[in-house]
Amino acid sequence: MEIKCHKVASGQASGPALVTKDAISFLGNVDAKTGMVVDPAHELFGQCIARKVLIFPGGKGSTVGSYVIYQLKKRDLAPVAMINIRSEPIVAIGAIISGIPLVDRVTEEILRVKNGTFVEVDADLGVIKISQSIAK
Amino acid sequence: MYLSREEEGIYQGEQGETLRRMMEILVALGDIYGAEKLVPVRSVQIAGVSYKNIGEAGLEWISDLQGKVMVPSILNPAGMDLCRWKEMGIGEEFARKQQQTIEAYRKLGVTIDCTCTPYQIYDGLAAKGDHLAWSESSAVSYANSVIGACTNREGGPSALAAALVGKTALYGYHLDENRLPTHLVEVRADLRGSDYGALGFLVGRIVKDGVPFFRLPGRRPAPDELKALGAAMAASGSVALYYVENVTPKPPGPWRVEEKIGFDRKEIDEVYAKYPGSGADVVALGCPHCSAEELEKIAGLLRGEKVQKELWVCTARKIADLHPHLVAAIEESGAQVFCDTCMVVSPATERFGKMMVNSGKALVYLPGLAGVQAGLGSLEECIDVALGGR
Repeated sequence: MEIKCHKVASGQASGPALVTKDAISFLGNVDAKTGMVVDPAHELFGQCIARKVLIFPGGKGSTVGSYVIYQLKKRDLAPVAMINIRSEPIVAIGAIISGIPLVDRVTEEILRVKNGTFVEVDADLGVIKISQSIAK
Repeated sequence: MYLSREEEGIYQGEQGETLRRMMEILVALGDIYGAEKLVPVRSVQIAGVSYKNIGEAGLEWISDLQGKVMVPSILNPAGMDLCRWKEMGIGEEFARKQQQTIEAYRKLGVTIDCTCTPYQIYDGLAAKGDHLAWSESSAVSYANSVIGACTNREGGPSALAAALVGKTALYGYHLDENRLPTHLVEVRADLRGSDYGALGFLVGRIVKDGVPFFRLPGRRPAPDELKALGAAMAASGSVALYYVENVTPKPPGPWRVEEKIGFDRKEIDEVYAKYPGSGADVVALGCPHCSAEELEKIAGLLRGEKVQKELWVCTARKIADLHPHLVAAIEESGAQVFCDTCMVVSPATERFGKMMVNSGKALVYLPGLAGVQAGLGSLEECIDVALGGR
């Protein structure tokens, strides 16, 4: 299925989905050296975000999180694309400076995508393609 | 968001990849906050300077950028005095990375002044009604409140984007509708010096990101006292704009507050009592950076004396360079005047157990950012402690 979205950071990418209903603070929740989610309180604890299409409601926490995203990208440990319900400045700027496609303004149904589902993000056209139905 | 033809061209990459991404940052922020368009800025003050904060990733990012800033742009304090870092106890490796960060900014045309008080060293950066893109929270507060200019609190990348494009997105404190008071603060005490930091420490916690309107009886606060008030509120809360009746520029229209709060002498004194300077192994002044007037006061208090504890005095290099006799008078006592940095951003602070300060802002940040306990006192009490009294 195809979903319309709003471009925050340009580009196109595709990969397996990694989905959480928890907001992410890249400084603190994610280890910049491994791409692992290291906060035991986070729904994705123990998962690796590297090369996934990371689907989460939005960012939170310290603005240093933008640089953590850049560091992940430099080490090839960043998500290939990110999808937010609503982007905030930390993740938006992190994605832009790192060249990671980021889109937002989709409904919460996107959080029902199953982990591992193949997802394509085209930020420039404002389209997400998902190889699964997420309708109720 | 509306973009002019030229702005749209930059957004599409007609002027290179760096500017394309910088414009993408401005547009993304504009979209997030509902800005209608971009607005030219008069000056930029850039965060993301201390290597302690930005790390290798931040340094790499800044080093990879191409281009030149379009408007006068200066920097936040760095993690060390760029000349006397060894005396601060900074290691070689950190110093090398910090110098590389500074050089990366210099290459982009940024003026290498590392200070949280741009308004103390240049007249031409901000005037009433100007749009700015400043970063450091106390500088933002001073620009909005005391100068009457308009700026949001920019992060490192968004400030650099504004510098390279020469514009910022028109939202937040750039719009009159967001500049109206939300809280009325009645102060029933005659305040001086560090009392303003103590008051700001209390008010920031209550009003959070609101816009307080102060009624202060008695003597008119000096610029340095307003600097201390705003700095503390921006640290204990995230206040970026405040008013003082008959002192600062007025609110841009009729207003009605949600909440009224009052403070008397007792509440101010309780802050000092809760955070005593006793047991401090170091004293640090200059958060925000000392003005020439403050250096003069400190020099006067230290005349003919010798410090028994380390005493740091932090200021902007331009101010130290303009007043070498004051620096010499202060250092005659054994105190050290450090430029380009401060006790809050420098990792040199981490080797101490407890630091005594006269700043409500440093009081908030030292435990979390440097792992150091903090005590609050007046300027005179701080000097007393440094001289071995109490």
